[in-house]
Amino acid sequence: MFEFCADPSILPTGQWFACYLTSGTHMAFYRSFLVVMLLLAITAPAALAMGILGALALRSDFAPVNLLGRGYVNLVRGVPDIVFFLFVPIALGQGIEWVLHQINCPDWDQPIRQGNDFIVCREAKMPPVGASAWTRNVYGFSMAIIAFALVFGAFVANTLYGAMRAVPQAQIETAESYGMTRAQAFRRIVLPQMWVFALPGLSNIWQILVKSTPLLFLLGIQDAVFWARELGGAKTSLYTYPHPDWRVWYFMVLLIFYLFLTWGSERSFGWLTRRLSRGQATAEGERLRRGAA
Amino acid sequence: MRTCAESFQGYVLRPLGRDYGERLLPRGLDITFCDQLFLIGGGLLWNIYFAGLAILFGFFLATGVALMKFSANPWLWRPASAFVFFFRGSPLFIQFFFFYSAFILLPRTGIDIPLGFTTLTVQTSALTTAQVGGLFVLILNTTAYSAELFYGALRSVPKGDLEAADAYGMGGLTKFRRVVWPNMLRLAWPSYTNEAIFLTHSTTLVFLSAFPARQQSGEAFYYARYFVDQTFNPFVAYPIVAAYFIMLTLIIIGLFGLVNRRLNRHLPQEKRQRIRFRPQYIR
Repeated sequence: MFEFCADPSILPTGQWFACYLTSGTHMAFYRSFLVVMLLLAITAPAALAMGILGALALRSDFAPVNLLGRGYVNLVRGVPDIVFFLFVPIALGQGIEWVLHQINCPDWDQPIRQGNDFIVCREAKMPPVGASAWTRNVYGFSMAIIAFALVFGAFVANTLYGAMRAVPQAQIETAESYGMTRAQAFRRIVLPQMWVFALPGLSNIWQILVKSTPLLFLLGIQDAVFWARELGGAKTSLYTYPHPDWRVWYFMVLLIFYLFLTWGSERSFGWLTRRLSRGQATAEGERLRRGAA
Repeated sequence: MRTCAESFQGYVLRPLGRDYGERLLPRGLDITFCDQLFLIGGGLLWNIYFAGLAILFGFFLATGVALMKFSANPWLWRPASAFVFFFRGSPLFIQFFFFYSAFILLPRTGIDIPLGFTTLTVQTSALTTAQVGGLFVLILNTTAYSAELFYGALRSVPKGDLEAADAYGMGGLTKFRRVVWPNMLRLAWPSYTNEAIFLTHSTTLVFLSAFPARQQSGEAFYYARYFVDQTFNPFVAYPIVAAYFIMLTLIIIGLFGLVNRRLNRHLPQEKRQRIRFRPQYIR
């Protein structure tokens, strides 16, 4: 990064740290925070979409759909989600390979599970044999996103279902008496108004989502935890930047990052609650109305 | 192949250490369904150990922290709020890493604290084990979460009850013991039940990469991961561990429900608070 970094062993402390903290591996460490943010940015809408689908299934009058929704929500909520985070990527990966195997190699005569091995033909491997490291990373990352979206979708579905029922029934009846169909009433009355009721629950789920991102590490993704362990461990003089065990400092940085993230989201949700409460038939909305007048 | 009885004998107490059953865990093709069932079941002993002790210590500490946070004295409520913010705002997973890497930096021989007349040696080597260090982190974590619940409950202790206590001439500790504390517990109990459940579920994080499992003695989820690594089949071990945890959850709901009945016994039937199971696992 800097020109004086050619031989770090003779540098004074200040310059040594300047070089150390801008080394290639440290840049990867900083980028891994972006990976966490990226995961949040993709997972949150995905979970919200899953949640809306789940909530609609819970609301449905059609028994099989309703049952499917209830099964999904209760199963995910009733089992520790760490189990899901580890289960879904493996199970899904094996599922995809199994389907591809059935399509690509119909004349394969050996069983897929032989003892403790899961064997599919070469064409069915996912990611494909000889794929680049980048493709592998993206594949692993998408598996993680699917696992997160599935788990948090169930939490969101439950919250949104409650929020939909909290919209005053009289308003829906009024809408229907104006001649709107059920779908129209849902789109025009329930959907815009449910958010203020859902917000405390959603804010809670968001905080839990933020705090569960370090589990990416368990799925073999090179996230902030991975780099903190990697960089913090004691380095002998074989390395360019020898240092004793500094893991505690790296994890302190991580802790501060997460504290900042949760603190920031708490503030933003506070602002959003006030913003959404405008014109609502709730205590907060009433207070805002009085304040404005 | 082992029979089921053999795996029961060999593995149900194996999580306590290698002196309590087979020295080695079953491997590769040698793994039977019963091995998985009993080894994972035996691992639950550690989950119960971690959860039980953390809830026990955390309960009293949380009462103290909640009272500190509720106090008007800034020297009391500021540190209490900071403590709660720190442990609620960061992931437990990272807390384990952080405290583990801090504990291994402590001198192995212990820390000497000179007290003038004698020197007190604090043993620090135990803190690097999951059984002590991990429990320590769990206690602090549950203290913060429960303190927040208790703090919320303290703020909603009915005003009339406090006035009645004053009118009876109760003061200080008597008032706290007879009026404030029972009310606080009663109000916080449904959410405290959920907290106990989350805590039990988060004991699965203890052996997840920070604290080492010495002699391969770990908790239930540690063994479930071990079996999945060995057999590459997630469809057996994970459902087993999930079923065990559902069982554990139901037991907690039952036990805490009994306490809830006792806390609410003076109230008319319809005003009693029901415990609702609202799981949110990751902390």
